Amino acid sequence: MELCPLVKNILLLDSEGKRIAVKYYSDDWPTNAAKEAFEKAVFAKTQKTNARTDAEITMFDNYVVVYKFVQDLHFFVTGGENENEIILAAVLQGFYDAVGLLLRGTVDKKEALENLDLILLCLDEIVDGGIILETDANVITGKVASHSMDAGAPLTEQTITQALATAREHLTRSLLK
Amino acid sequence: MAQPFLKKDDDHDDEADYSPFLGIEKGAVLQEARVFNDHQLDPRRCSQVITKLLYLLNQGETFTKVEATEVFFAVTKLFQSRDLGLRRMVYVIIKELSPSADEVIIVTSSLMKDMTSKTDMYRANAIRVLCRITDGTLLTQIERYLKQAIVDKNPVVASAALVSGIHLLQTNPEIVKRWSNEVQEAVQSRAALVQFHALALLHQIRQNDRLAVNKLVSSLTKGSVRSPLAQCLLIRYTSQVIRESASNTQTGDRPFYDFLEGCLRHKAEMVIFEAARAITELNGVTSRELTPAITVLQLFLSSTKPVLRFAAVRTLNKVAMTHPIAVTNCNIDMESLISDQNRSIATLAITTLLKTGNEFSVDRLMKQITTFMSDIADEFKIVVIEAIRSLCLKFPLKHRSLMNFLSNIIREEGGFEYKKAIVDSIVILIRDIPEAKESGLLHLCEFIEDCEFTYLSTQILHFLGIEGPKTSDPSKYIRYIYNRVHLENATVRAGAVSTLAKFGAMVDSLKPRIFVLLRRCLFDTDDEVRDRATLYLNTLGADGAVVETGEDVKEFLFGSLDIPLVNLERSLKNYEPSEESFDINSVPKEVKIQPLAEKKAPGKKPTGLGGPPPGPPSTIDAYEKLLLSIPEFANFGKLFKSSAPVELTEAETEYAVNVVKHIFDGHVVFQYNCTNTIPEQLLENVTVIVDASEAEEFAEVASKPLRSLPYDSPGQTFVAFEKPEGVPAVGKFSNMLRFIVKEVDPSTGEAEDDGVEDEYQLEELEVVAADYMLKVGVSNFRNAWESMGPDCERVDEYGLGPRENLAEAVNAVINLLGMQPCEGTEVVPSNSRSHTCLLSGVYIGNVKVLVRLQFGIDGPKDVAMKLAVRSEDEAVSDVIHEIVASG
Repeated sequence: MELCPLVKNILLLDSEGKRIAVKYYSDDWPTNAAKEAFEKAVFAKTQKTNARTDAEITMFDNYVVVYKFVQDLHFFVTGGENENEIILAAVLQGFYDAVGLLLRGTVDKKEALENLDLILLCLDEIVDGGIILETDANVITGKVASHSMDAGAPLTEQTITQALATAREHLTRSLLK
Repeated sequence: MAQPFLKKDDDHDDEADYSPFLGIEKGAVLQEARVFNDHQLDPRRCSQVITKLLYLLNQGETFTKVEATEVFFAVTKLFQSRDLGLRRMVYVIIKELSPSADEVIIVTSSLMKDMTSKTDMYRANAIRVLCRITDGTLLTQIERYLKQAIVDKNPVVASAALVSGIHLLQTNPEIVKRWSNEVQEAVQSRAALVQFHALALLHQIRQNDRLAVNKLVSSLTKGSVRSPLAQCLLIRYTSQVIRESASNTQTGDRPFYDFLEGCLRHKAEMVIFEAARAITELNGVTSRELTPAITVLQLFLSSTKPVLRFAAVRTLNKVAMTHPIAVTNCNIDMESLISDQNRSIATLAITTLLKTGNEFSVDRLMKQITTFMSDIADEFKIVVIEAIRSLCLKFPLKHRSLMNFLSNIIREEGGFEYKKAIVDSIVILIRDIPEAKESGLLHLCEFIEDCEFTYLSTQILHFLGIEGPKTSDPSKYIRYIYNRVHLENATVRAGAVSTLAKFGAMVDSLKPRIFVLLRRCLFDTDDEVRDRATLYLNTLGADGAVVETGEDVKEFLFGSLDIPLVNLERSLKNYEPSEESFDINSVPKEVKIQPLAEKKAPGKKPTGLGGPPPGPPSTIDAYEKLLLSIPEFANFGKLFKSSAPVELTEAETEYAVNVVKHIFDGHVVFQYNCTNTIPEQLLENVTVIVDASEAEEFAEVASKPLRSLPYDSPGQTFVAFEKPEGVPAVGKFSNMLRFIVKEVDPSTGEAEDDGVEDEYQLEELEVVAADYMLKVGVSNFRNAWESMGPDCERVDEYGLGPRENLAEAVNAVINLLGMQPCEGTEVVPSNSRSHTCLLSGVYIGNVKVLVRLQFGIDGPKDVAMKLAVRSEDEAVSDVIHEIVASG
């Protein structure tokens, strides 16, 4: 297990450091209080940096944290101190892009909360118990969105169909490459 | 309640804080969960409620056992719905609720049905959920499906099964190990991530079989791995194989190096980096092997992506610790990173530069760093300061500019750890660079004028007391010290009083003035301060009352406590108040060797202020008690030293015997610890017949047999020898175990009455010079060395012949002398060509000995050593040389 690249947690926080969706895969933070303390520390450390064009990276408490911001959303992926930074960045990019696709480009807190179910499914498809399941945003989105295809008129019908359209478009584009 | 979920009119967003979960409450959501029980399920509504439940859990809300059970049962009803989206949410929430074993049974059949469904998404997710919540018993039932799933043609299903296998291997290894054929097939999958997951699982199944891992690596490195993640895994497994195969690095033929080097040309950055890092971490990596890895890392340094820059500079920083020359090529790229937006990258760049920089670049670097220091956090500053400290030790000529830098930053705002790092650095510079002493001490004086940390103030005062009196003008420090007595808390005041006394003791011209100051302290409000002042006034003879000689006073004030503090603490706890006063000489001095784990602990660097780390409690007390309880040995006097047990038998023989050598002034006692490993035998009247014909100075005086030695319960027998008093006699002893053996009936455990006399040959035992040496550390070697003086110094040079490397030679000499390495000097940096090792100990007769070893190695691995010994007795200094000469 030690040799396998492992993700310790994935966090999606808002512009005040509050949780939108978080997922922990490690026992390093056994209680909710410990988790909140970690989130607070991560947020305080990264708040002033500009991580809007490229993913940024920092290290503290023997964790490597890669992060990226868009609008009022802050994306974080944490790994152990000896983890390959670029693998963690690939996970982050997969998560970030998938959320972008699922929210049809309107990536902000409001939209994220309104489609929280999609975001939670998205997290579920990226990492399983710390092991990376998938990092390609198109595949992730495909898996998350596919479920509504047969369902009769779901609430977020419009959202989904459009997301799907985007996803398909991306898929075909990547196939043509 | 569904209201907040509906999409708002998005024409205007005046409510910035709008959230669909505004004012959400656990109780209300749990009420809502009742819709799961409706006859006509509304999938949309149910999905919303699950999302709300997940939201609550995500925010850290917890459900009571009853609530969780209720929700779980309600959720299980949702398997009736055929809505894909809802099913997806059901899977997620079941995992989140982590149901108990008896609850799992309820969903098992539903999940097993999904596992065999035609819908890929059902199969994949049902496997993940079931494997997450199941225990071993259920696993055998679903094993067949899981094996099929591993080779499923849908990659999502295969990955789900493989990843679940990785998790299950922790709890049910014997089951998962049966899947290796399927897993092996999956390694060949065309789907990138299936290959990655299969490789991870396959390696884990085989991780304890080194040969199998070796085979796996050699077949895969020939190139059938497509996924970058799988390739990274393979690189990790390969470096593990390289590490474990004891290859001959001298010939330059490192197995699999070509594979790692080839990965540097991979198209995925993560693979390139993984390979570069693996190469830099190879044991004893050569500069030829390093070069290609450094080259790709250098390219990463100028990448636009911060993550790449960080990864590269972090790795180069590590390389710079062992191979600074290899990194110098990157210095120009590194310098431009000092202004990097990302402060972590900038800090790493600076510290790397400090490690690789040359003497001429120091001033320029310091200028750059000064502007940089103000806008980074304390933790980064500490890293920079540690780097500056080692730079200064490397280039002592540059001490002026570096000391200036330290004195400037110590005045700025900062927390305790930060200030401590600076103070430690200044102290180390003062200690190691004589020219830096005066200015360094003044900087410290100025610092304590305005220091909020009691710990640092007292440590600095203590240090001033030792170093201050030796400077050209000690009087200029008095003002700073006496100011403390006015302005600080009681702890610092007491420290200042002690420091004043030390100045008084060392500098006669200052004595009258010190007395005046100390007398003022007699009116302090604090007991400790007053007591110290009184004590020092008396010892220094201010009133002409005490007739101690100057030497005693100095010893009292400056002599280090050569007793490990833990031992002293334990002895004091054991002491019962009585007529007899506590005797400090009764405290054992033996320092037990630190467990390795502790030595490796991060941040254990030689700091200037701390004493030696306290050792764990020793076993010497137990030995002493044991020996004293035996009347034959009671008059041997005080136990000087007990050796570590030496095995006299091979492992797993009929009888296991080891020996502990107890050294007394005029006697040696061998304690044979015997274990009988044969259940069918009982040994009686066990003795060891010792032949001391090769140990002329020893004469056997007593032997204590062991009456009975049953199976598997260790016992001891002793043999005592007399030897010339105080003389470090050495010799060889051959040993024969003699006993009466009786058959034991295994069914009843009773022994037969008649026994047969038998003998068993043991290995030889030696008493060596190191047995007469106690490992006793000193807190500050340089001070101890200087105070010992050159009177009884003996210096000579020795050739140690060809050796594998320096570390081996250093260890050999340390073991030969049996002394305590000081200040971590027993560790030899890999690939270094010369090394200095400091040792201290106490020789029999209570003679303190200090040793300074300088090693050098030349081309054909010939090691030469210069040995300087200082001790309180020149005869002992000579003995140390004899030991080395005859060793």
